[in-house]
Amino acid sequence: MEDPSSILHRLQKTFRSGVTIPESFRRTQLQNLLALVQENEQLILDALHKDLSKPKFEAFLSEIDMVANDLHYTLDNFYSWMQLEYSSKNLATRMDKCFVRREPLGVVLIIGAWNYPLHLILLPLVGAIAAGNCVLLKPSEISQATEQLLAELIPKYLSKDCYSVVCGGAEYTKALLENKFDHIFYTGSQAVARTILQAAAVHLTPVTLELGGKCPCIIYGHIDIPSAARRLVWSKFFNAGQSCVAPDYVLCSAEIRDALLPAVRQTLKEFYGEDARAGPDMGRIINPHHWNRLMELLEKSRGKVVMGGEGYQEDRYIAPTVLVDVEESDILMQEEIFGPILPILTVKSLEEATDFVNRRAKPLAVYVFSDEHSVVTTVLENTSSGGFCANDGIVHMALPGLPFGGVGASGFGHYHGRWTFETFSHRRGCMMRSWALEKINVLRYPPYSDSNLSWLRWATSAKKSWISCSIM
Amino acid sequence: MSGPPSPSPKNWFRALRRTRLGEPCMKTYPLECVELLKRTRGAFQAGRTVNERFRQTQLEAIVRMLVEHECDFVDALGRDLHKPRFETVISELMLVKNEAVHAINSLKKWMEPQRVERNLTTTLDDCFVMNEPLGVVLIIGAWCSPVHFCLVPLVGAIAAGNCAIVSPSEHSSHTAELLHRLFPSYLDNECFHVVLTGLNELTEIVELKFDHVFFIGNKEDGTRIAQAAIRMLTPVTLVLGSKNPCYVDEHCDIPITARRIAWARFHNAGQNMVAPDYILCHADAKERLLQALRCCIMQFYGSDPRESRSFGRMVNLECLNRTRDLLGKCGKVAVGGKVIEAEKYIAPTILTEVTDSDPIMQQEIFGPVLPILTVNSLDEAITFINQREKPLCVYAYSSNCKVISRLMTETSSGSFCSNDCVLQSLLAVLPFGGVGASGMGSYHGRQSFDNLSHRKSCLLRSTRIESITYLRYPPYEDRNLSLMTWASNLSQRSQGWCQIL
Repeated sequence: MEDPSSILHRLQKTFRSGVTIPESFRRTQLQNLLALVQENEQLILDALHKDLSKPKFEAFLSEIDMVANDLHYTLDNFYSWMQLEYSSKNLATRMDKCFVRREPLGVVLIIGAWNYPLHLILLPLVGAIAAGNCVLLKPSEISQATEQLLAELIPKYLSKDCYSVVCGGAEYTKALLENKFDHIFYTGSQAVARTILQAAAVHLTPVTLELGGKCPCIIYGHIDIPSAARRLVWSKFFNAGQSCVAPDYVLCSAEIRDALLPAVRQTLKEFYGEDARAGPDMGRIINPHHWNRLMELLEKSRGKVVMGGEGYQEDRYIAPTVLVDVEESDILMQEEIFGPILPILTVKSLEEATDFVNRRAKPLAVYVFSDEHSVVTTVLENTSSGGFCANDGIVHMALPGLPFGGVGASGFGHYHGRWTFETFSHRRGCMMRSWALEKINVLRYPPYSDSNLSWLRWATSAKKSWISCSIM
Repeated sequence: MSGPPSPSPKNWFRALRRTRLGEPCMKTYPLECVELLKRTRGAFQAGRTVNERFRQTQLEAIVRMLVEHECDFVDALGRDLHKPRFETVISELMLVKNEAVHAINSLKKWMEPQRVERNLTTTLDDCFVMNEPLGVVLIIGAWCSPVHFCLVPLVGAIAAGNCAIVSPSEHSSHTAELLHRLFPSYLDNECFHVVLTGLNELTEIVELKFDHVFFIGNKEDGTRIAQAAIRMLTPVTLVLGSKNPCYVDEHCDIPITARRIAWARFHNAGQNMVAPDYILCHADAKERLLQALRCCIMQFYGSDPRESRSFGRMVNLECLNRTRDLLGKCGKVAVGGKVIEAEKYIAPTILTEVTDSDPIMQQEIFGPVLPILTVNSLDEAITFINQREKPLCVYAYSSNCKVISRLMTETSSGSFCSNDCVLQSLLAVLPFGGVGASGMGSYHGRQSFDNLSHRKSCLLRSTRIESITYLRYPPYEDRNLSLMTWASNLSQRSQGWCQIL
């Protein structure tokens, strides 16, 4: 395996040569990436199936199509994103040009995660290429099949001098991080995020962190129970619950819980049949370590299992499981579940629900199911999270116009569509002054005089409702 | 802190006012900060800062504070930095006032949710990005422009609906004490506070849970702050000092160039993060530039700048000694060079025959010393700049727009200005910040608001329309998948269908 420093050195050299800057280069690379995804669908499906037993449908929706759509969107728009953004002029800058220039950062490192091993590494790559950077990709070593596939396909489709894939475990990543990157984009857990920040702080490298969190799902007020159940079940058990934006737990009243449970049971039957394990549509847990973790949580929980609960080690299967009578202190409520286990906690009022959410770390998403607009607005305005979705789950992250990212403990920075481009660009303020108007300019030079000061103050004071300038 | 008072009445009155201002302030220790942070967070969680009227009132209060206490600020900065009144008013007070007024004028627009273009499947939904305040922001300002560096980010923090704790530098102690005294009379006492601490306590404070830390200062301190913020995964904005190169071409208006460079370098006695740190002068222009600079210094500060009321002093002996050491070790003094320790005075100085490897080229100068290095071509200048870390600013003086264009496109820096210096960092409409070693994140105007807000993406759906959504549910069928893929592919020209429906 090539030493990370020498790979980085090569990428830096390429970046300095300026080859990634022209729009035509970026466009070609993006088109090649699109071809990679479109021409290798079967290989991608096979790899995802090997890693996560991901059903073909889910793989298309949440991996292949997500990347393809973002690529289409970026290809259509990135040229306009690259343009200079002129600032509004004022009295003193009339003869000057003030604009913001979006410049690439240099060589950026993208570290992927294993739950959506394709899109979590390729979506950031799209924006990084569009912004004119060179990129080093480090897919998760846990989703091995996809990691190997990316290592094989990326050099075939994209410029080898500008984009590289490295494979390795924790030790290798640690060595990699000793090098200086111009930006690090990390998707994963809080613990590893701290290690990355430590390494980045030494070089003052900016970092984007896409972390998880326990995403609460509040169900309150008047609600169409069957629809809510379908959407809840779909978003919770998609990818066997291994989504950073999956609803982690439900908060509802006892009455709603009692109405919800049969609807959920019915929906699970409709979706996965009598035996989800026998059907093709339920995914598997990524590896024995996580399977053990989840089974242990189930065992130690003091909640009551009302649906599912079985697990089979040989194929890392855990049945879609629902628990009730779960308390805040339960082991299931201590960290992100990241599996097909749904605890339902009861609250007596909406205020109790929002207080519950606000007592905890800010999650990546907050969900609310209600037909009452006032309920939705109350939750929206009284909680804070990376994103918010009413009456559905997960889908808000599929729109390229919406920024996807966390806040507080769920991370910082965001991406998707234009936001990825902005994440990997430096917005440089530029001012092109002319030689003209030097007669006015002299007002600012020493020797300072009170009369000059009065003139300057008059000229430069911003008045309410009209902007003036600064110091000429 | 200051030198022995002279017998002139002016200083005597100053001394009187010093006693009127009261006893020196006690430092705020980390334990007190924990309490303060708890109170401030309580105020934030109670929703005090959320509504538009509150934010406007606070911003208006900042403007009033600066207007009503202009004399006190001029006095405090005079004692901290010997800053002339002109500079205080223009580069500190007016700047903050203009930012505050700009924010007041624009607040409504900034606070509006941004609707996102919808597509076929989300036509019946509400998709928008909401700007949410982060919570409690810690603002740490450097001593060289203490009012600007503490209050401009504060304007952004308030506009974005946050609470804030401001920590002005202990090196500009009079200004820090003044802010500490004035805040309670103007700003909400629960939401906005000034703490007086040194750097060591600051790193302990940063480890407490803030929602954002905004730091303006030097690189070493910035790195320590960034490391302290890791524990709580606190996002940071760092605006760090650096060596800002200034290229002077053979074809440029030398007299104007010299004036603009001299003004930028020597105001605030060179203690300015955006001042040109060194000149890369084309060999053909060097003598003319040197002569013009010599004349400018004479015009600006007279034959003895020490007597000039327009020239400042070093903030303390440590900085004076550091700059004096750099002066002594290399190059040839072409103008100035005089150092008077008792007055913390260093004359406006120009050095020639400086080479890349000299000590003065290894760290940010931060004093009234300007080295001029000679280059034989634009290519050489660009290579020189690119071999070093990315600076906060790159400056270029030339009448040839191709030269300017090359310097802009072939170098990277926080910001860029041609044919002038400093001004690009003062406009509310341009983002100002660093890149690479000069920092991360930026501020000013809308940029401050965005930086100190969380953009929450919101999708409000209804459960009523299930007719299309059902396509995505298990049991998964190829037919449904084909339909959805076909629908997705239709979208090439537009922003794309929401593929998950």
